[in-house]
Amino acid sequence: MDYFAQQLINGLVLGSIYGLIAIGYTMVYGIVGMINFAHGDIFMIGGFIALITFLVLVSFGLTAIPLILLIVLLVSMAITALYGWTVERIAYRPLRHSFRLAPMLSAIGMSFVLSNFSQVAQGARVKPVPPIITGGYTLHDSAGGFAVQLSNIQIVVVLTTVVLLAIFTWLVARTRLGRDMRACEQDQTMAALLGVDVDRTISMTFVIGSALAAVAGMMYLLYYGLVDFYMGFVAGIKAFTAAVLGGIGSLPGAMLGGLAIGLIETMWSAYFSVEYKDVAAFSILIVVLIFLPTGLLGRPEVEKV
Amino acid sequence: MSVTAPDSSPVTSPPSIPFILKKALISAAVALVLFSLMIGVRTEAGPTGQLIYWTRFGELASLVAAVFGGSIVIELLRQWLGPSDTRQLIPPSVQGGLAVAGRLVGPALLIFTLLVPVIFYDQRYILDLGILVLTYVMLGWGLNVVVGLAGLLDLGYVAFYAVGAYSYALLATNFGLSFWVCLPLAGILASFWGVLLGFPVLRLRGDYLAIVTLAFGEIIRLVIINWQSLTGGPNGVSGIPRPSFFGIPLTPGEDGFAARLGIEFSPTHRIVFLFYLILALALLTNWVTIRLRRLPIGRAWEALREDEVACRALGINTTTTKLTAFATGAMFGGFAGAFFATRQGFISPESFTFQESALVLAIVVLGGMGSQLGVALAALAMIGGFELFRGLDQYRMLVFGVAMVLLMIWRPRGLIGHRAPTVYLKQSQAISSDLVKEGHG
Repeated sequence: MDYFAQQLINGLVLGSIYGLIAIGYTMVYGIVGMINFAHGDIFMIGGFIALITFLVLVSFGLTAIPLILLIVLLVSMAITALYGWTVERIAYRPLRHSFRLAPMLSAIGMSFVLSNFSQVAQGARVKPVPPIITGGYTLHDSAGGFAVQLSNIQIVVVLTTVVLLAIFTWLVARTRLGRDMRACEQDQTMAALLGVDVDRTISMTFVIGSALAAVAGMMYLLYYGLVDFYMGFVAGIKAFTAAVLGGIGSLPGAMLGGLAIGLIETMWSAYFSVEYKDVAAFSILIVVLIFLPTGLLGRPEVEKV
Repeated sequence: MSVTAPDSSPVTSPPSIPFILKKALISAAVALVLFSLMIGVRTEAGPTGQLIYWTRFGELASLVAAVFGGSIVIELLRQWLGPSDTRQLIPPSVQGGLAVAGRLVGPALLIFTLLVPVIFYDQRYILDLGILVLTYVMLGWGLNVVVGLAGLLDLGYVAFYAVGAYSYALLATNFGLSFWVCLPLAGILASFWGVLLGFPVLRLRGDYLAIVTLAFGEIIRLVIINWQSLTGGPNGVSGIPRPSFFGIPLTPGEDGFAARLGIEFSPTHRIVFLFYLILALALLTNWVTIRLRRLPIGRAWEALREDEVACRALGINTTTTKLTAFATGAMFGGFAGAFFATRQGFISPESFTFQESALVLAIVVLGGMGSQLGVALAALAMIGGFELFRGLDQYRMLVFGVAMVLLMIWRPRGLIGHRAPTVYLKQSQAISSDLVKEGHG
């Protein structure tokens, strides 16, 4: 039981990270109707920028950990958001009205560009960082010797996710930008006719999605203590699985799907085999698409001629 | 159809220098922020395992300057060339010329390919490159059945390539079966996996189908890596037997090919044999595809690509149509895989990554989706281009990615942007491929 509780905590933390990435996929799919293949690599870039900012700040003699983390968070969100904006501007906008395969292939190309760019720029080796946030609490200590631990970093990850989600939900539900985004999702032409700047709204969608992915990248860095140029691919597919599982286009669904994928992956590793955890995640994607193509919270897609 | 589209683009004013400079400055500023940390600071694990960093402001400055200069050049080029209308229909005179050229290029290319081993007999490098190109031509033609004809976007084609390669490798090393027995087996096994993948994804369309096939490809690769007792895991399978000339080994031994013919043994014989083998396999793929296109099943594939709902209304069984497309494409992938295994003599999961799938898909799309000649030319261009960057190993995939993005922006319809319709009334007319739908199904 204790073992299960511990896995539950681990799974929820991992799920928060997947959920943050999944929101980017689901937003872009909802508005532009394409799978942003490069989103996983945006997440990786976010991790790298967080790492570099952290190193530079520490070498400048800054010691207050909360202040460092706040600056790292903001810098990494800002620069990664600019990456997202640039990717959209260069690779997707010229193909907005092209045939359907074109943006997808362009996105695959962009994914190669980003991952190989960071390989060239920062080297192929894994970058380890020492644990930045240490300590934690023992929730339950059983006689059997297994203690349920809740580390501070896990608290930070979950808290950051919750706070960001609150801000993000407010942004979509209450602001002008959010209204524009929802309008573009429903009908781009109509939104444009009513004075919504569609190009700008789509750009902002990419910016917000990338900023959230940057947070996920930083959390990943803090939680696992390493980044490498290849981590975006697998994390990207899993986050996409999460988005599909939650129902693509649905924002709460993306978070729910992220938590589900995180839990499934953790439980699978804990009770079955670590080697096949990715196989489990990908199999879930296939199974979900076959039996539940609209996901948990998605709307059914009407087939039009 | 043969009317030239009216030039609807507005007349643009000549480039104003402040405008261009402003645009270039913005690009440079964006590039500065983007590259500031990723290029300006280089991190590496130091000798003690602690991360260290050093700055590279020189590189940063030159990159930003390059972006500034580059965006001026691009802007000038754009103004100079004017807005291009890509939806132009081809005028009849050009069409006629193109048709003649199109009829000539294919046979000329084939004759040249047949002569390559004769002309470049002493140049091992060119022969090896030729084999590589032909392997991708074959993969491209195989995937073309699925993507180009049936319009099913498959991002996991490499899975079938892997199944073919591992089928041959394991059957040959464990049971000592010869290449010629394993080749059909590899094809059958691969097409079996194609059907296996095809069944669950029958209801999916477009992007979903793409992502599921991608997941499938990754599953196959992960299983190969982790099922160590069967596949050797990341170490791969080595000592895969070389192919024989229909039972006669191509070795310097007493009963070898050279000894029987009474000529001096040369290791080039095997390379030349492999060259003609893959050429024959590729041509088989091409021939079968062309023949299938004239059969009801081929017509059904193309109809499926154009409109799935109309297909169903006309009584075409979409289930079997999709499954046969998957199975046929997978079978050719399996053949190519078996050839790859026998050529390399060693295979490992590293050869079957998503990058391979993307490369083959890029070849098909670049070739104009459905055009057999286009795919062959695209494979030549892609693999040749890859070879040019062989010296810059770590930049290769970067350049490949950039090329893919640029090609999509420049020519989303591929190099051969038009193709002859399979079925026509009275006379055949080349149509712009903008008018041909891609698969939504």
